[in-house]
Amino acid sequence: MSKARSAPLRTALIHLALISYTLVALFPVFLTLVNSFKNRNAIFREPMSLPGPSTFSLIGYETVIAQGDFLGYFQNSLIVTVVSIALVLLFGAMAAFALSEYRFRGNTLLGLYLALGIMIPIRLGTVAILQGMVAAGLVNTLTSLILVYTAQGLPLAIFILSEFMRTVSDDLKNAGRIDGLSEYSIFFRLVLPLVRPAMATVAVFTMIPIWNDLWFPLILAPGEETKTVTLGAQMFIGQFVTNWNAVLSALSLAILPVMVLYVIFSRQLIRGITSGAVK
Amino acid sequence: MGSLQLKSIRKAFGTHDVLKGIDLDVQDGEFVIFVGPSGCGKSTLLRTIAGLEDVSSGSIRIDGQEVAGIPPAKRGIAMVFQSYALYPHLTVKDNMGLGLKQAGTEKAEIDTRVAKASGMLSLDPYLARRPAELSGGQRQRVAIGRAIVREPKLFLFDEPLSNLDAALRVQTRLEIAALHRRLKATMIYVTHDQVEAMTLADKIVVLNSGAIEQVGSPMELYNKPANIFVAGFIGSPQMNFIPAEKLDDTSAKTLGIRPEHISLSRDSGDWKGKVVHVEHLGADTIVYLETEVTGLLTVRLFGEHAYKPDDVVFATPDRERLHRFDSDDRAVAVHP
Repeated sequence: MSKARSAPLRTALIHLALISYTLVALFPVFLTLVNSFKNRNAIFREPMSLPGPSTFSLIGYETVIAQGDFLGYFQNSLIVTVVSIALVLLFGAMAAFALSEYRFRGNTLLGLYLALGIMIPIRLGTVAILQGMVAAGLVNTLTSLILVYTAQGLPLAIFILSEFMRTVSDDLKNAGRIDGLSEYSIFFRLVLPLVRPAMATVAVFTMIPIWNDLWFPLILAPGEETKTVTLGAQMFIGQFVTNWNAVLSALSLAILPVMVLYVIFSRQLIRGITSGAVK
Repeated sequence: MGSLQLKSIRKAFGTHDVLKGIDLDVQDGEFVIFVGPSGCGKSTLLRTIAGLEDVSSGSIRIDGQEVAGIPPAKRGIAMVFQSYALYPHLTVKDNMGLGLKQAGTEKAEIDTRVAKASGMLSLDPYLARRPAELSGGQRQRVAIGRAIVREPKLFLFDEPLSNLDAALRVQTRLEIAALHRRLKATMIYVTHDQVEAMTLADKIVVLNSGAIEQVGSPMELYNKPANIFVAGFIGSPQMNFIPAEKLDDTSAKTLGIRPEHISLSRDSGDWKGKVVHVEHLGADTIVYLETEVTGLLTVRLFGEHAYKPDDVVFATPDRERLHRFDSDDRAVAVHP
């Protein structure tokens, strides 16, 4: 009896918590979007109000499109993010497979070493990374960013994926071996499809910090040719005057591609869960 | 076309010996079953034969050819796994044909072999389905079909029935027996279920903690167990073991008598006792007695009997069927 009565209350409380969290998380996004469509006075006078006929203005977007090469910045950000994710997933999954599948001396130690990167921020090594990139002649190239982001994403990817790969049935892999599949085909054709949900999770975790990063683009690739969106938006922030219309518009635009990527991965996530694997 | 010789196979994981020197000869066309409790090394032994595990030392010969260093796919074997291990993204037909495709067999040949196997296992209506759309029994048949299609020298079964429910298990057991008669292939089968072992095998290999306890036909193991372990493992309910001193028998240390070789009477007999519990199975009645001489005794009677707990009864063993074991738990030569 009490269970039946408390159940709706519990559900309501859970929903309340989730809804309030959603509101908190969405509020900055909402503020950015709303204010990007207002004129400068309205942004400061009534930051919370929706754009009305008197306050509506596209001046921010016009500035963004007129000044600088924003399309180029978007392209740079996309290239860096997508290539980095691809490399993180490929190498992360391969390392995870080796760690979870093969017994060799130092397996656990190597796994710990690879997971260490989760705890130590890569930014601590910025100076060394910069020196290395200068020596390799990679400064002001997208390659330098891709290399750094791949390194940054790998530890978490290996950690999550190796846990998931342990759950893939040994019998399945052995059946593949008896049928004459090479270790590579076992990895690509049997194991990867089964850990697809985990791959999608890793992709989302990897993607967002890369897309949002300001630090490494500023240090490694500040040139006009290689600017990313976050770095591009900085040019509207000055020491004395900040063009808020332009900043907010640039940021609003920057949300779009990452949303598209997120939708793609999260669909994979759901499909992976519902596909039904062994047994 | 499919014999197997194992010579002093050893396998160690770190310092832990899993297999302690296994010697075994399997003749062409034999159905051999490895049976033993969990952790006795029977699955590991099967995997070493398949080439999925390396041996620490010893030699494996399939059809007279040493197979050390030869990958599983080239050993001429096929394996059926406990969890079916079907490829989830392939149809039934492709699941069965993948091994041949990898070996570079012509498509027409693959199609005929798949058709033959699916006919044998009545899988024809399901060829275009994926494993997720099949029931457990159907999946196990596909797994068996995948093995048949390869036309191997050696079939290896790793507890193929343990994921099926009881009714399906009996049915699939019959199918495997029929398959063996029909293909006349050499089959090696691992199970912990002694009923499967007794019903299917030409030859049973009883393993215990990495060593072979006894090899023999089902009836040899039942009638002449070589030691206490085999005597206790084969047969259900388990054999009764009685310390020989309680019966003033000096020829052995332990005496064994199977529950079905004891008769009960309400009036007279060798051992007087009290009924503790009765299990009525219809065809059998299993009576548990606490006797003055032997302690707890299990008796299996055929048909229905009206014994109740606390009844006083007399048990009489069939003297011809007594098993004698010495202080090393080995069987003493019968009737010296």
